[in-house]
Amino acid sequence: MKHFALIVRTLFAWGITLLIVFPLIWLVLTSFKTEQQAISVPPQPFFTPTLESFREVNLRSDYLLHAKNSVVTSFVSTLLGLAIAAPAAYSMAFFRTRRTRDILMWMLSTKMMPAVGALVPVYVLAQTSGLLDSLTALIIVFTLSNLPIMVWMLYSGFKDIPPDILEAARMDGAGVWGEFVHVIRPLAMGTLASTGLLCLVLSWNEAFWSLNLSSAKAGTLATLIASYSSPEGLFWAKLSAASLMAIAPIVVVGWFSQKQLVQGLTFGAVK
Amino acid sequence: MAFLQLKGVEKFFGPLRAIKGIDLAIEKGEFVVFVGPSGCGKSTLLRMIAGLTEIDGGSLQLDGRDITRLASSKRDLAMVFQSYALYPHMSVADNMSFALRLANVDKAVIQEKVQRAAEILNLVPYLQRTPKELSGGQRQRVAIGRAIVRAPKVFLFDEPLSNLDAALRGQTRVEIAKLHRDLGATTIYVTHDQVEAMTLADRVVVLRDGAIEQVGSPLDLYDRPANRFVAQFIGTPQMNVIDTAELPALRLAAGVADAPDGFIGVRPENVLVRAAGAGQIAGQVELVESLGADTLIHASVGANGKPGVQLVARQNTRTTLYPGDLVGLDIAPASFHLFNRQGQAVARPQ
Repeated sequence: MKHFALIVRTLFAWGITLLIVFPLIWLVLTSFKTEQQAISVPPQPFFTPTLESFREVNLRSDYLLHAKNSVVTSFVSTLLGLAIAAPAAYSMAFFRTRRTRDILMWMLSTKMMPAVGALVPVYVLAQTSGLLDSLTALIIVFTLSNLPIMVWMLYSGFKDIPPDILEAARMDGAGVWGEFVHVIRPLAMGTLASTGLLCLVLSWNEAFWSLNLSSAKAGTLATLIASYSSPEGLFWAKLSAASLMAIAPIVVVGWFSQKQLVQGLTFGAVK
Repeated sequence: MAFLQLKGVEKFFGPLRAIKGIDLAIEKGEFVVFVGPSGCGKSTLLRMIAGLTEIDGGSLQLDGRDITRLASSKRDLAMVFQSYALYPHMSVADNMSFALRLANVDKAVIQEKVQRAAEILNLVPYLQRTPKELSGGQRQRVAIGRAIVRAPKVFLFDEPLSNLDAALRGQTRVEIAKLHRDLGATTIYVTHDQVEAMTLADRVVVLRDGAIEQVGSPLDLYDRPANRFVAQFIGTPQMNVIDTAELPALRLAAGVADAPDGFIGVRPENVLVRAAGAGQIAGQVELVESLGADTLIHASVGANGKPGVQLVARQNTRTTLYPGDLVGLDIAPASFHLFNRQGQAVARPQ
């Protein structure tokens, strides 16, 4: 009976996992098919893989340029975001006032407005300041749109640090920077790392603003993917190939930083 | 000019004047204890001296320098926190040397100072451990070590013993007293425990509602309390303070028939228990607390025929009295205190 329950649970877990991973698996399979195979009904799980779609994507568009743009925009906006969010979260966590809670809610509320509501003003701002199709515009927009989440995550992480410890550091002669480097950074390493990673992924996959504010020059990998979706013709295999190439780097980064993350979270516990 | 000088120091929390203009001069090498009931502002005052809480009014001078607006990190004070506030990610040695490392002190010097402090505090075997591998008492010693290593101008202690169990508290109290004797460092110590105040202090500052009630040596406060509050705050069990209107017999017992209207205070050890019928005041035993060395006898004394006025007597002999027994009570000669209606001490008539 116990054995039976285990089997059911295992099957259930596998079912859920497959459900979640299936789109990704299908994406990978499709990217190695020809366009004909990609749309064939019934679908063909077994086929002779071809790199035709990847070749086509590389011929038609500049993958390296888009990849570089993605790397620059996501990393710079993440670092910039951390640099802005950490002091904000620090002051909210350790110098609370009656309005701290309200300010946090207000910050979060800015994320409740659909981005498209701000499209026209932001577009006009970018246009008049000559920043259309520039990495600067994307970095600014990515940073600002991630800030509320970053402040919230860092705030909840910092809040767990007893304020006494910071006061002790202050008495020991540490200034604000000393407090941050010697006390908060080591104690909140897990929070800082997971916040950074999340924002990296969010910026990397950001499509709305990159599609609207950039094209040939500053386009990120998200715009590269979008350029393979068209209202007519056969494009599934090429779209899949482009998508796979777009997500591969961030998946690899995620895989490695996940280990870093676990180390960060268990810091001090194993020493 | 005193070593540490507070002049009209004030703190407001919103409209509330939490610290009401404190004037206090502390000399170099002095051990000063701030004592008072919870909420009296003693910790706030300490934090204001530390620079952790802003001073809203008045001034603070240390060693001839105005530090009223100076950041904590630049005041050259060390503080031992109630929660110890050790850096959880650092070893004991790193905890103790943190301030010196920040100040870029030479490594060999740091090593030597940490070693010496660890020897004084019996922490040598634990130098490489992290705080969570230590017991409460050891953590407390690390927190003290962190302060010693720096040789600051003033040591600040914020209820450092309140997280320890009773036995350890007594032991650590003795260690702190020894440490102060050996180092001769200027110390301000906050506690709500009047035993700690009495045993550690050169001078005690009794605070209530953000104002100083009295400053003096422990025995000064015990023998010559400035008012009812200090009289009853210092000493266990607390002083018997009785309204003269309620118990006129007490005036006779104390030998001050012409005492001014107000209160008479008598320490329990000055209430003498006699056999029933003897003594100037008739009473009935309500409760006997035998503490071994001391015995506390709570007696109810008839006041104008009504029961209710309580007197506690303390004697260092054992007793065969039981609740319900009738006794007589006397007041030891010239051992009472007089307070007026406002609770201020007034001189005993000669």
